[in-house]
Amino acid sequence: MNSPVTLSRRLFLIRSAQAGAGLTLGVALNAGAADGYTGATGKAVDDELAANAFVTLKPDNTVIITSKHMEMGQGTFTGMATIAAEELDADWSRVETVSAPSDSDTYKNLIIGMQLTGGSTSIANSWTQMREAGAAVRQMLLAAAAKQWQVPVGELTTDANQVIHGPSGRKATYGELSTAAAAMPLPDKVTLKDPKDFKLVGKQFLPRKDVGKTDGSATFTQDVRWPGMLTAVVAHPPVFGGTVKSVNADRARAMPGVKAVLEVPSGVAVLADTFWQALQARKALDIVWDEGEQADFSTAALLAQYRELAGKPGLEARNDGDAAKVLAESEQVIDAEFAFPYLAHAAMEPMNCVIQRTDKGADLWFGSQGPAWDQVNVAKVFGIKPEDVNINILYAGGSFGRRATADGNYVTEAAHIARAYGQSVPIKLVWTREDDNTEGHYRPMYVHRIRAALDEAGNVTAWHQNVVGQSIRGLDENTVDRTSVEGAANLPYAIPNIRVDSHNTVSPVAPHWWRSVGSTHSAFAVETFVDELAHAAGKDPVEFRMALLRDHPRHRAVLQLAAEKAGWGKPLPEGHFHGIAVHESFSSYVAQVAEVAQNPDGKFRIVKITCAVDCGVAVNPDVIKAQMAGGIGYGLSPLMFSEITVEKGRVQEANFDRYRVLRMNEMPAIDVHIVPSGEAPTGVGEPGTPVGPPAVANAIFAATGKRIRQLPATEFFA
Amino acid sequence: MPVTLNVNGKTHTLEVDPQTPLLWVLRDHLQLTGTKYGCGIAQCGACTVHLDGQPVRSCSVPVSAVGDQPVTTIEGAESGEFQALQKAWQDLNVYQCGYCQSGQLMSAARLLADKPDPSDADIDQYMSGNICRCATYDRIRAGIKQAASDLATEVSA
Repeated sequence: MNSPVTLSRRLFLIRSAQAGAGLTLGVALNAGAADGYTGATGKAVDDELAANAFVTLKPDNTVIITSKHMEMGQGTFTGMATIAAEELDADWSRVETVSAPSDSDTYKNLIIGMQLTGGSTSIANSWTQMREAGAAVRQMLLAAAAKQWQVPVGELTTDANQVIHGPSGRKATYGELSTAAAAMPLPDKVTLKDPKDFKLVGKQFLPRKDVGKTDGSATFTQDVRWPGMLTAVVAHPPVFGGTVKSVNADRARAMPGVKAVLEVPSGVAVLADTFWQALQARKALDIVWDEGEQADFSTAALLAQYRELAGKPGLEARNDGDAAKVLAESEQVIDAEFAFPYLAHAAMEPMNCVIQRTDKGADLWFGSQGPAWDQVNVAKVFGIKPEDVNINILYAGGSFGRRATADGNYVTEAAHIARAYGQSVPIKLVWTREDDNTEGHYRPMYVHRIRAALDEAGNVTAWHQNVVGQSIRGLDENTVDRTSVEGAANLPYAIPNIRVDSHNTVSPVAPHWWRSVGSTHSAFAVETFVDELAHAAGKDPVEFRMALLRDHPRHRAVLQLAAEKAGWGKPLPEGHFHGIAVHESFSSYVAQVAEVAQNPDGKFRIVKITCAVDCGVAVNPDVIKAQMAGGIGYGLSPLMFSEITVEKGRVQEANFDRYRVLRMNEMPAIDVHIVPSGEAPTGVGEPGTPVGPPAVANAIFAATGKRIRQLPATEFFA
Repeated sequence: MPVTLNVNGKTHTLEVDPQTPLLWVLRDHLQLTGTKYGCGIAQCGACTVHLDGQPVRSCSVPVSAVGDQPVTTIEGAESGEFQALQKAWQDLNVYQCGYCQSGQLMSAARLLADKPDPSDADIDQYMSGNICRCATYDRIRAGIKQAASDLATEVSA
């Protein structure tokens, strides 16, 4: 056991109003708050399951872990439970995870500073907090047992939801002790386990805690149904920036089940008893649109602008030495330009939101990634306080960043509909796939131009990278957006002269974060270009990188592990080729080796991806492997097929028939290896995504001698 | 005109527009929400149910075309193949967000009924109509193989 540590955040107890209802414990984040949860927030705690706490013990011996992070498939419900249950010494089969409500003070993401699930931060920011929450509850159980049995605390141990007194052989379950534990004083110091004593953290397999997903019983936003609920669909303008000029809704209003047709800022909403009725009525609307200034907008024209900017100086994102001078004086300069299209997230569950205006505020039910933003945006629409907006956070059917909307977007639209309708009935806003795929909030288009100089010995002496695209964070033309240049400005390779330029561009299409954000494009540009430099220098791509990564041991370790596990440099079957890439994002390190095979028709099949990951302490190895595999699959779609293009203001890929995504027959075999580590844990939701595409592109180069400069590279695959 | 449907062994008579896709009748009228909406154009497979034992995309089947063919949804699926798959899905943590998994399981159940020992090519053929944006495909493949193996053991035992 480690020595006790003072709690880094003040703990407080929540005692249920019901006698004998067990113990709940929360961690207060605001050191200045009044004692006790109730006093701090003014909310009554009469239902322990809905109480704002991280750990709840129930007399039936169930342990409920409240996850401040929403579950969208990434396994965070399992992760939060693992960490708290570890320190609590809980029986995994008796642990359940529930979602926290919207309460940004209590459930703040400690890295981001507000309640938000994103940036692959969930495990990283919760690690210490959830350990302390679990350890404090365990300590109270020990104190309760010691008092009941009149034995010293030092003689007590815990295991699998039981407190055990070795000398007497007495045992009691956590459930049996929960009420007595609730009466114990809150510990001001807790003892955290020595990692060598971990039983759950690092265990190869634990059943997931987001249950109900194999029998249809899990509730997604799409499945919420309240008595009297109406379904809303919205006719959106056909072009970006369009507005309603006039609407004739007579036919729509007369259709069965239709309750209202309402103009809202984003278009015309139809409310009906069922989705199908609403959809039919939407088709019957007669709307004249003002297409505005963007009626002729095209992504082809935008790309041409970006290519021009890629040759011009931009904002300085990094400047080591004098790259321009060295490039001008060098005999061997390699110059390449890369283009990346807009991408829709295309989560399986299109955007949706259930909302009901109440006397005091509003209740919402949906898979919110950023409840703190959503509360503010909904509150603005109604002119109420954000804390009077109550969000019940549900499972999201995928999201990949899409549901983290600082600008409100579909959530604001739902609020406008509820406001315009006026009556206090639950309304479910449903976007069709076409609504979802054509609305914007895409991974923006980018162009990268990279020029690098090699000396006679094959050393890279200068690197100049120019990144052109929209600022996801909406920064002006004079401010570098780190999300545009992440993966480029922090280039890990030891090159004496590095310059990175950034251009924030203007487009009518709303930009958004898309699983791994800047790395979605920077990793491809950097890692295929480094491969190109290795070949130009006549060096093996692994050895070439290893030498340039001399100051980055964690990059080196994953690179070496992936290469070793894939059999890099060893003979492959006829027609099979290897490519490799390494990239750090969100403080996790990933290297991947792609094995591709060329079919008789010249097209490529991605046979296998071997992945090595270093994410610090591996809390849930099985979840890490799942996230690497899923991240790889998500990243391969835009390498192979996916893109959003706009012609005459209209998105051309509205549904999966034209917005092609990876399917079963295109998924490679995946082999994931985790670097053993005692470093603080970091995220895994995003870092697997950006590495596969450059590894595959490098393998295709090995096969064909052709470099991929523009995504998607459909010609190689279909 | 009322529509009569046999869903999961129960008969329902509903007043509904006969053009309404089976998916929305299941979800909005019968509250069987395990079957999901993903695309509405039979491209993603999230809405897969069995019609007289055959997998169909319920988003693209008007309720009037169902007639007396029995409909089976995830809520009513209970074949040996389905149960073996469900167990494998849990044993291997196959799912992530879970939204597409009802459809995946319904497609996979038919695959195992037709091909008790499916090859990779069989899996590709039966399952490539079901999109999973979490890309759980490798585990779906492993889950199908484990279920097939469990069923084979059961039969031989």
